[in-house]
Amino acid sequence: MTAAMRTMSVDQPSAHLRVVSEQSTPSKASGINLSGVSKTYGTGDGQVQSLRPLDFHINDGEFFVVVGPSGCGKSTLLKLISGLLAPTSGEIHVDGNKVTEPHGDVGIVFQNALLLPWRNIINNVLMPIDMKNLPRAQYMDRAKQLLKMVGLEGFEKKLPWQLSGGMQQRASICRALVHDPKIMMMDEPFGALDAMTREKMNVELSRIQRTTGKTILLITHSIPEAVFLADKVLVMTERPGGIAAIYDVPLGRERTLDAMSNPIFTDLVARIRKHFMTNSTLD
Amino acid sequence: MSEKKAPGSVSKLLNASWLRPFLLLVMIVVGWDLAIRIFNIPAYQIPAPGDVVKVLYTDWPELLSQSWPTTYATLLGFLASAVFGIPIAMLIAGSRTVESYVYPLLVFSQSIPKVAIAPLFVVWFGFGIVPKIIAAFLLGFFPVVVSAVQGFKSVDPDMVDLARAMKGSRLRVFCAVNLPHALPAIFSGLKVSVTLAVVGAVVGEFVGSNSGIGYVLQRSIGTFDLPTMFAALVILALLGVILFWLVDRIERFAIPWHVSQRADVFIGS
Repeated sequence: MTAAMRTMSVDQPSAHLRVVSEQSTPSKASGINLSGVSKTYGTGDGQVQSLRPLDFHINDGEFFVVVGPSGCGKSTLLKLISGLLAPTSGEIHVDGNKVTEPHGDVGIVFQNALLLPWRNIINNVLMPIDMKNLPRAQYMDRAKQLLKMVGLEGFEKKLPWQLSGGMQQRASICRALVHDPKIMMMDEPFGALDAMTREKMNVELSRIQRTTGKTILLITHSIPEAVFLADKVLVMTERPGGIAAIYDVPLGRERTLDAMSNPIFTDLVARIRKHFMTNSTLD
Repeated sequence: MSEKKAPGSVSKLLNASWLRPFLLLVMIVVGWDLAIRIFNIPAYQIPAPGDVVKVLYTDWPELLSQSWPTTYATLLGFLASAVFGIPIAMLIAGSRTVESYVYPLLVFSQSIPKVAIAPLFVVWFGFGIVPKIIAAFLLGFFPVVVSAVQGFKSVDPDMVDLARAMKGSRLRVFCAVNLPHALPAIFSGLKVSVTLAVVGAVVGEFVGSNSGIGYVLQRSIGTFDLPTMFAALVILALLGVILFWLVDRIERFAIPWHVSQRADVFIGS
């Protein structure tokens, strides 16, 4: 990220979020590092291996997207990295610290918005603040700015059921960002949205990532979405999930929907698709 | 319908949802009275509604004073079933070990007829209010536990994960996510429980008491005073309705966000 880029970003509505990475130099001490991480559910005869031993590294400020067939352990991977599950073998390090429990400096977005139905939108966005027992007043401004950024200004006092699915999901993204975490993890965040809203959200998310430089780990089963958003795409194999390939996406950081007609884009989508077509298990 | 010019206030009144149960009640009473006249049912088998109303009117002070002990016993038994039932449901839903030990036993204990063991409480605690409270508690306890367990268990695990990933302590996650989520189920259990607690209190009064509506019931059966007995039943039904309505009001106040509370429908009785 250049200096020009940063000064420009001050005018953006997301300028209140800290810029995490200045450059992305791969280093073991920063970013997310997985070494030999595997996960097996159950014990005894009922054992199901969900993930084969995985080794990969996510740099600070990288937009890292995981694609794979359904049931390949994508969501398990996300829970392992966020510390909600303990790996059966191997170690996960975030910024050089071993992950043994939820570490807090992470925002999570699931496929369902999972807003608390008894809290209005602003209180839902402030939920991480309540959970961490931080002073609400300090974060109120940011919560409002985030809602403005995703176009939910004026909906602060509404209850979740009064909003459409897409609006709820946008509120849940605000919730994941309100405590300004370094890492954002998204598990098929736009899976439940219609195609048009989904494209708009993709552009929006791409812009948020560009202006804040957050590390984003996103899980999807849409190959075009993966290529459009990612700096790197990890392709997973069928269960037990392993790494089929990791692709760099040389499309630059500034992306509009025009990028989808770029030959690099179409070529990469076709190449990734081939991984699944050979097994004919594309979902 | 071409009743555009119909007097608005009367038709509105007839359509008011709170009036509907009363209209049905009036129809039932009329049917009751007609049945007695048509089939010539003697008064020692079923009293006429008019006689019951007469007793309700003349004996009102006596009936009212007798309904207080029943109300106290019901309320205390109901509160006890909430105070013990909800935490036990929390434990059962929270730990498989507790569930495997406690839940089957709890179901087992429900198959014991309370009426059969109620005299035991009289032996243990005498003729005071305590046996009645225990009987009310025993009947009201089970629905609270079953509903609350279901409520606590139906929390979306992703929602709990999300709160845990925010580094919330167990207690904080519980108070912010699990408990509010379980409230609608808990309230439906409480509503069943409060009506059963009335039954429990009456059972307690049946087996050994010298006060309360249950006592009035038993005494009037003994003397074949059927109008008084039916009047006592009316009072019990009223007590049940009022207590149910109170819990319903509290529910609306506690969970205004819930689906069941969104439309302004009358659930009161």
